[in-house]
Amino acid sequence: MSTVTQADPAKAAGSASPLSQRRPLGDRGFQILALASGLLVLVILVLIAVTTTQQSTSWFTTAGFKGIFSTNWNPPNQFGALPFVYGTVITSVIAIVIAVPVSVSIALLLTEVVPRRWAQPIVYVIDLLAVVPSVVWGLWGILVFVPWVQRIYSSIGSGVNGIPVLGSLFGPPTSGASFFTAGIILAIMITPIVTSLSREVIATVPTIDREGAYALGATRWEMIRGAVWPHSQNGVVGAVLLGLGRAMGETIAAALVIGSSATVTSRLFSTGYSMPAVIANQFGEASGEFRAALIGLGVLLFVITIVINLAARGIVERSTRRMRGAAVSGELPAAVVVGGGPN
Amino acid sequence: MAVATEQPAVDLREPAGWRRTKNRVATFVMWLAFVVTLVPLGFVAYTVISKGASAITWSFLTKGPIPPNVLPVTIGGMGPAVIGTLEITGFAALMAVPLGVLGAVYINEYGGNRALARVIGFMADVMTGVPSIVMGLFIFSIWVLHFGYSGLAGAFALGCLMLPVVIRSSYEMLRLVPDNLREASYALGATKARVTLTVVLPAAVGGIVSGALLAIARAAGETAPLLFTILTVESTNTNLFSGANTALSTQIFANASQPFLGAQARAWGSALTLIAIAFIVMIVARVVTALFTRYSR
Repeated sequence: MSTVTQADPAKAAGSASPLSQRRPLGDRGFQILALASGLLVLVILVLIAVTTTQQSTSWFTTAGFKGIFSTNWNPPNQFGALPFVYGTVITSVIAIVIAVPVSVSIALLLTEVVPRRWAQPIVYVIDLLAVVPSVVWGLWGILVFVPWVQRIYSSIGSGVNGIPVLGSLFGPPTSGASFFTAGIILAIMITPIVTSLSREVIATVPTIDREGAYALGATRWEMIRGAVWPHSQNGVVGAVLLGLGRAMGETIAAALVIGSSATVTSRLFSTGYSMPAVIANQFGEASGEFRAALIGLGVLLFVITIVINLAARGIVERSTRRMRGAAVSGELPAAVVVGGGPN
Repeated sequence: MAVATEQPAVDLREPAGWRRTKNRVATFVMWLAFVVTLVPLGFVAYTVISKGASAITWSFLTKGPIPPNVLPVTIGGMGPAVIGTLEITGFAALMAVPLGVLGAVYINEYGGNRALARVIGFMADVMTGVPSIVMGLFIFSIWVLHFGYSGLAGAFALGCLMLPVVIRSSYEMLRLVPDNLREASYALGATKARVTLTVVLPAAVGGIVSGALLAIARAAGETAPLLFTILTVESTNTNLFSGANTALSTQIFANASQPFLGAQARAWGSALTLIAIAFIVMIVARVVTALFTRYSR
């Protein structure tokens, strides 16, 4: 039998004796192919880190820590990255502040309020936000939203001018293309992912907990506060972090509506820049040290988003797994668990 | 009997007073959040359709070369960009979908509880969070610097973005295939490769295909990874493997901040075309899901 297997692996793979000790060649080959495809993920991640770092070492070594985190961005001589790091942080924080309450509300609406057959159409609609490509949000942003929002900014700006804190946050000079506009567009773009992840987390809250709360006479809101929220809090934090990572890496929409000026200012309605935006806008003209600096910004961005994603995925995974475990291994008769399932 | 009738009936209605008010306010806020997200969606859909539809003609979609941005939209067409988008996205899918499905097969069928499988699954999730512009810089550093700009480089970048998404969605689908099927096939004496290829994958094919199609729809709209890999040009390049190429998304980016009405009209027309492509792919995905899904959550 084994000689046949060796002589004709194709035939053996098809009709090998079940009791044969050897694994046919095709079987083994397929396993190796699958393993290689899986390993490709790790290989690509390592290659990203290695090749981009290689291309930007000259910036990291010549500029040094102080040079990198300075506000002087004057190509082709000085490449201080602080304005871009600052802009990335500010715009994504604005995006998070706007998107998270909205997304978590929609997630609660989907899991706790609407009946199941209505939930699916709502999910489709929210997912449509993710179907619109980034560059189309940018196009709409620069040609439609920016001119429209400009007037609102300038009236708010002149209204708060001179008031201590508000004045330095929202005061003039105002511009339609600004940190705040970029933040709004990013918020729209991350809403689908934060919503779907929050929903996933909230859906793992054991139904028995919900019913317990209702049995004690809680209203729906009290049930959400008392049963759903404590269970899903951590997972939602993970979802928010993932949204933050997305917002930080979002390039094209931000590049079009952020205003493209490398400044560090507390004024949210003024023009700014972000890391991915400056790479997208200036990479074409860059060479030598300039290019190294832009790739270096990419490396910084990669490191930041990887760290955020590692943390976020870890949190989401742990909380959903714990919840599933709780739902299954609880000391309940099977009938209760089954009967208590969502329907 | 009299005692029973005297007992007050349990009040099962919503609690009165501030508790009810609070509950209603909370429900209202949830609905409000949904409505708020509809506003930008409706706004952007309306603008893209109204401005894009007036630009789109048959020659806009098929003719080339793309004219300089000072010229009106009636001259030339976006044909080269339509072709570029289709060939680059198509080739990216050709690379990423088989590899992604195989990766998912490893994680679900071979990995078991092994640490390596869990690490790969986890890192695939992390990889979905890598910014698309970093993918562009990566392919620029590893490929374009040595072999020059080409559609192939763009396809590599899009493929890297699609890979983890395909792995994730295929893995979810493979997990739904009941173990009975596998065990029955083993009992008949089939090898693991044969079980996977002829029993498990066919059982999950609907979900896998629709997941892959959704990844393709997302990738077709990506701009950032293409900027430094295909180097946007104005004429058709059907050779994917050499020479600079062009795509709808990078053309929109180039035209969006131009003051010329012709350029803006071309951008709106391209935006509508791009969304239409993504939409068609998505609808196919839904149809595939509806027709071929055997096991769902």
